[in-house]
Amino acid sequence: MADSDAPLIRLRGIVKTFGEGPTAFQALKGVDLDINAGDFIAVMGPSGSGKSTTMNILGCLDVPTAGAFLFKGVHVEKLERDQRALLRRKYLGFVFQGFNLLARTSALENVELPLLYRGDPKAQRREMAMAALDKVGLKDWWDHTPAELSGGQQQRVAIARAIVTNPDVLLADEPTGNLDSERSVEIMQLLTDLNKTSGITVLMVTHEPDMAAFAHTIVHFKDGLVERIDSNHHAGQAVTG
Amino acid sequence: MFGTTFLLAIRSILRHKLRSILTALGIIIGVAAVVTMVTLGKATTAAVQQQISALGTNILQIRPGQGFGRGGGGPRPPDFKPADVTAIRDQVAGVTAVAPQAQTTATVIYNGANWSTTVNGTTNGYFEVSPWPLIEGRYWTRAEEQAGKAVCIIGTTIQTNLFRGGSAAGSRIRVNGISCDVIGVLKTKGQAGFGGDQDDVVIMPIKQVQRRFTGSTDIRLMLVGTDPAYDSAQIQSSITDLLRERRNITGGKQDDFNIFDTAQISQTLTGTTTLLTQIVAAVAMISLIVGGIGIMNIMLVSVTERTREIGIRLAIGAVASEVLMQFLVEAVVLSMLGGVIGLLIAQFAVALMSWLGSLPFLFDIQINVIAFAISAIIGVVFGYFPARRAASLNPIDALRHE
Ligand SMILES: Nc1ncnc2c1ncn2[C@@H]1O[C@H](COP(=O)(O)OP(=O)(O)O)[C@@H](O)[C@H]1O
Ligand SMILES: [Mg+2]
Repeated sequence: MADSDAPLIRLRGIVKTFGEGPTAFQALKGVDLDINAGDFIAVMGPSGSGKSTTMNILGCLDVPTAGAFLFKGVHVEKLERDQRALLRRKYLGFVFQGFNLLARTSALENVELPLLYRGDPKAQRREMAMAALDKVGLKDWWDHTPAELSGGQQQRVAIARAIVTNPDVLLADEPTGNLDSERSVEIMQLLTDLNKTSGITVLMVTHEPDMAAFAHTIVHFKDGLVERIDSNHHAGQAVTG
Repeated sequence: MFGTTFLLAIRSILRHKLRSILTALGIIIGVAAVVTMVTLGKATTAAVQQQISALGTNILQIRPGQGFGRGGGGPRPPDFKPADVTAIRDQVAGVTAVAPQAQTTATVIYNGANWSTTVNGTTNGYFEVSPWPLIEGRYWTRAEEQAGKAVCIIGTTIQTNLFRGGSAAGSRIRVNGISCDVIGVLKTKGQAGFGGDQDDVVIMPIKQVQRRFTGSTDIRLMLVGTDPAYDSAQIQSSITDLLRERRNITGGKQDDFNIFDTAQISQTLTGTTTLLTQIVAAVAMISLIVGGIGIMNIMLVSVTERTREIGIRLAIGAVASEVLMQFLVEAVVLSMLGGVIGLLIAQFAVALMSWLGSLPFLFDIQINVIAFAISAIIGVVFGYFPARRAASLNPIDALRHE
């Protein structure tokens, strides 16, 4: 483990190239970014600027072509597949724009799944999953399948699934992209609350300034690079009521 | 770890009922078809072999005439005489017994019940040529045979129909109006395959049959038992020489009788049934392949859906090997379930078709095991390999799969 001053996450010169030969496309051209524990960061930028690609690398769902990705001082880009899986299991929670819940599976069982892979006993799984569902306000909906839930509810189940393991970092790629503004605000308030009370580091991609206004820091992407980083001193004071 | 995997696999099977049923169905059909066809093929073979053994081994059948498909036209060659029987028995080396036969059909009556059957007139030599134990009573004595006494030995079909299965020895039945003492009941031989009933017979001394029914001492069939230590061809040529001499056939004239070697017939029939079994096995292979293709289709169709599922599982922290293990357990459970159901259906189908075709019911452990194993392998292979490809993707690529 590195010294305590080092940030939780450090990206240095991250390059991601899709494809090979003449059709190869460089989506990230050398991203540098530091994220400290407890941060609440909004990632903004035009479509195709590399926001999702960066999030996927941070979430260990994808690997960079070049560059260094340090998580708690560990060089993630040098880890094996299964070690990255264990990193996801232990420290990371991911929320997708498209929810990605298992079909025909109850909210409770969806939320329990990460605990199951972690090997928790049944009673503990139940308890923790119910607590997570309670946090997102869906305690009474535990036995509903995704098809029986609204989009906002599905996203809240997905958030419950992402936080049930008490991860260090919650990554959310356009979590409100498929929701109306009222549901979006609910989700933002939920993320703010998780960041504040549970101390989870939150990284969220969004197109809407209203949503970004909830974050402490706003990272602007452009053409596969970090363009600028803004501090948001009015975080939390935005859209309320 | 394994408990978790098993739980996930069972959940997945139950949650995708249609997909599970369709997958299992491919295996069910494959196993049922293969087992049914091969078992019926073997049952047919068994029936043919039973018929062959009903003919008896090491037995020569001698008839007047030039045999099947030969000769024709001209005067009918004379039947054999009782002296021919003794001559063959006494003069040909390697002959163990000779039984003349005179057959007729007759109605037998006992106590108001009547039954139409075959009456077979012969000598005690018949039981030496092909042993047939009694379950009740005795064979006739030499004296009874020579006097042509009205005594008869009956098959169990007669016993069942006239005596309702009860004791028959000592009773007196009427055979075409002639009364006859039942002295013995033969042990059940069973169907000779394809519906021929060997137990539907009344055996009487040949002299009685000739005197009362056929009206002459002519013999139309002789059964000759041979010693297996002797060369059958040698015995046949000795008999031929003897009969030619006794029937005054000289020089280049053709024989006016024919000798059938049952061993030769059984060789031919065995060859035929071997071919039959091979054809059946080929057809069975085809249905197994068809079943396999069915399984493969279902598996491939569900790969898109499953690839995204694999992506989700990986994204929330599953290790690739855990996901793969789940898919393997799913495939194994479905294949085994399909295999067992297929085997059960096959037994019913075999029972039904054996009954319809008067074939013996068979349970052939070998084909059951083979069919089960092969379809399990097909199910596992087609369930496992697409999953392995999906699990080797980056989680994000699996999630994006379309
Ligand atoms: N799997 C992929 N294969 C090829 N090109 C990709 C792939 N993923 C993303 N890209 C390309 O990389 C660029 C950045 O994509 P992305 O990170 O998804 O952008 P954003 O999320 O900022 O809209 C886009 O031009 C996109 O077309
Ligand atoms: Mg994106």
